[in-house]
Amino acid sequence: MTRMRINGVEEEISATTLTELLVARGVDPAARFLAIAVNGSVVRRAEWPSRELAAGDTVEIVRPLQGG
Amino acid sequence: MTDPLIIAAATLKSRLFVGTAGYPNQQVLLDCLEASGAQMVTVSIRRISLEGYAESLVDLLGGRYRLLPNTAGCATVRDAVLTAELAREALDTNWLKLELIGDRETLYPDVEQLVQAAEELVRKGFTVLPYCNEDPVTCQKLADVGCAAVMPLGSLIGSGMGIANPAAIELICSRSPVPVVLDAGIGTASDAALAMELGCDAVLANTAIAKSHDPLRMAAAMRAGVEGGRLARLAGRIPRRRFAEPSSPQLGLVGT
Repeated sequence: MTRMRINGVEEEISATTLTELLVARGVDPAARFLAIAVNGSVVRRAEWPSRELAAGDTVEIVRPLQGG
Repeated sequence: MTDPLIIAAATLKSRLFVGTAGYPNQQVLLDCLEASGAQMVTVSIRRISLEGYAESLVDLLGGRYRLLPNTAGCATVRDAVLTAELAREALDTNWLKLELIGDRETLYPDVEQLVQAAEELVRKGFTVLPYCNEDPVTCQKLADVGCAAVMPLGSLIGSGMGIANPAAIELICSRSPVPVVLDAGIGTASDAALAMELGCDAVLANTAIAKSHDPLRMAAAMRAGVEGGRLARLAGRIPRRRFAEPSSPQLGLVGT
């Protein structure tokens, strides 16, 4: 288990890559319109399966929502 | 009569931009977008719920609209730039409505950071449309750093107070080297018409439609308001006079 910050919440995570993290959370990694940043940098979708997570990482997972 | 709006390299038939927040439900939103005739539609970028991924708004909008993601709520250059980059990745568009808020209560833009963020995002290849103060100097600075349009506020976001300073908006329109999209404060169709009469190139409305008693009617009214205002602007209003000027001929008046 590794401690990191996912969408603003500190958590113990067993996933080792971004794709694993999504799957563990019930989010389909193939779902359209998702975007992810790790430590303030966007990680392109093609890199999600290989992008390894480390202790202390800050992950933002977003999608478009209603807005003005 | 064709009178397209051109921003960056995009040609838009509709001069009404519509926001997607706050509608009674998604069907009303979709119907309102249809009734508004809008092509440019704004969305926000938010953290997903980690409880599970539901159907996205964007799935519903399909390929029918041009989506303009915003950085609503961002208060620092860093957050705005990251949100912009996430939006570009999520939606595969480099268009951005840049919002950089300086005060949580009034939602006034933080001009200093706004110009900085705009410059950085233009450098990163974004087509930036910044929500900004109704101030000609700020608008000029934003155009100078390469923004594709400026979006001065009519009045506070969501206030429905209309155009608080029409003289400033008119001045901005007369001097801006880039299109002017009036953003924020629109309360009803006449506000949108006034914006267009003052010389704005387009209007963005959201709350005025979403929170009206009959959003579908208001969407149609906004469309008519924008079209009417634009036509009036092109036609050119008569000058204001202090005294009456009879419109019927004086010659042949009965009893003279």
